[in-house]
Amino acid sequence: MTTPSTRGSGTRVGAALERSLRGRRRTQLSLLLAGPLGWLVIAYLGSLVVLLVAAFWQLDDFGNLDKNLGLENFRTLTEGDVYRAITLRTLGIAAAVTVTTAVLAFPIAFTMAKVAGPRARRLLVVAVILPLWSSYLVKVYAWRAILARDGILNWALEPFGLEGPGFGNVATWIVFSYLWLPYMILPIYAGIERIPDSVLDASSDLGASAFTTFRRVILPLTLPAVVAGSIFTFSLTMGDYITPQLVSSTQFIGNVVYANVGVAGNLPLAAAFVTVPIVVMVVYLLVARRLGAFESL
Amino acid sequence: MVHSPLVRRLLWLGSGITLAFLYLPIVVLVLYAFNSARVQRWPIDGFSTKWFGEAFGNDGARDALLMSVRVALGATGVALLLGSLAAFAVARYSFFGRDTVSFLLVIPIALPGIVTGMALNASFSDAPVVGGLSLGLVTVVIGHATFCIVVVYNNVVARLRRMSSSLEEASADLGATPWQTFRYITFPGLRTAVLAGALLAFALSFDEVIVTTFTVGDEQTLPIWILRNFSRPNQGPIVNAVAVIAIVLSIIPVYVAQRMIAGDSDVPTGGRL
Repeated sequence: MTTPSTRGSGTRVGAALERSLRGRRRTQLSLLLAGPLGWLVIAYLGSLVVLLVAAFWQLDDFGNLDKNLGLENFRTLTEGDVYRAITLRTLGIAAAVTVTTAVLAFPIAFTMAKVAGPRARRLLVVAVILPLWSSYLVKVYAWRAILARDGILNWALEPFGLEGPGFGNVATWIVFSYLWLPYMILPIYAGIERIPDSVLDASSDLGASAFTTFRRVILPLTLPAVVAGSIFTFSLTMGDYITPQLVSSTQFIGNVVYANVGVAGNLPLAAAFVTVPIVVMVVYLLVARRLGAFESL
Repeated sequence: MVHSPLVRRLLWLGSGITLAFLYLPIVVLVLYAFNSARVQRWPIDGFSTKWFGEAFGNDGARDALLMSVRVALGATGVALLLGSLAAFAVARYSFFGRDTVSFLLVIPIALPGIVTGMALNASFSDAPVVGGLSLGLVTVVIGHATFCIVVVYNNVVARLRRMSSSLEEASADLGATPWQTFRYITFPGLRTAVLAGALLAFALSFDEVIVTTFTVGDEQTLPIWILRNFSRPNQGPIVNAVAVIAIVLSIIPVYVAQRMIAGDSDVPTGGRL
């Protein structure tokens, strides 16, 4: 054992600093918070404000930035059929992905929480987490190889006289569902884990079938967890432009935004369009908080 | 709790389908990386490890890997410092606006990456005070650090909440200075949580694409290199090999971190929040 009493404070400056901070909780707290808050408020919130202001700028006839504030961009976005179609497509795919991932997540989440033994449970958790953390781009790229014309899917379907979906909206739906699936499994697993076994036992003792127990007991109790998972499926789908670009030729909100950032683009229009995901997510987060989904994150 | 054999079998079947879905693309990719032919076609023509050799010899990929490591180290460093400070403040002090602080930390990862990327891009190009930052290593590090802080914060705050503060109070009562208490009591208890947070932050930064595309300028990280090269003729097989290396490099830190924080909460952290 070392005796800490003779060492410790190190330098005399350190000791002096220590003395002056002792008991001053307020000063300690401000020192702790100065760095993190400074960073987030200046680097992040500051940038967000710049972005929101830029949404009200416009380009003049020569393509130069006109920093007078106006609603021009929002008019373009709401009046153009193309932009409306893109917004609806993005939200539609996000909703489809949410439903798909929830359906795929429930059996494995329930198995992890209530069926598997401790060892199998640990293995399953790791098995779900590892794909979540392995390179996003590599996973999309792998799907390209699977869905390509001479890829593995068409090879597997050919004997049955079938053909894969190829690249397009269906491919985007599959790949997004694949990418965000672990984000849905983990909160649902946490939600089911929190249901006491006795509640499920009571349901079956009272004569409910497994399906009835799922519909009347498990589903209502895990709804906040599903909402928590859907925060990710929506947020990530709305902000993505790489997957649509790689496995489809249709445009999503992200593609329009990305194409308009840069020298040749229209930054104010991109900034205005990106307010759609921001507004949707803020409303979503507020609703989710009311439903108690934050405890499931 | 008892489930009927039929229900159990159906649950395991469903779990199996989901796991197969999760791992199929990764298996396909690994198989393609060992494909001997230049053309990507299924079924593959034969096995070979030559593309890994070519990948290691590829200057662009090597430079990109180095850049990725530098970015990830920088972002992890910043996140480690700021995330731990914020965790101490939230876990050990009660103050007005504490919930707002934890909410503020979550926003960069809860909002779509394109929002963070664009916001930073717009403000870098004509940043006040410094008169605009040119895009490169520094701007990517700033971007990544912003969403990595929450990862470190979550791990440290979870551990601080589990470690009762009574040990620290006992240490102070026995006459230890705050520094001694931190050095001999608090830090040893936190060490694995801090390290796990750092590993996860590293992995998160290492793989990030969207914020990176908006902040990287002409430089390239490994994911950007993959993005720029996979569609080039003849680069396919090398990209496959690099992709497998990238998966391995991001999975190792996550796996190690997972073992370090086992038991910190009833639910294993590993989601990104």
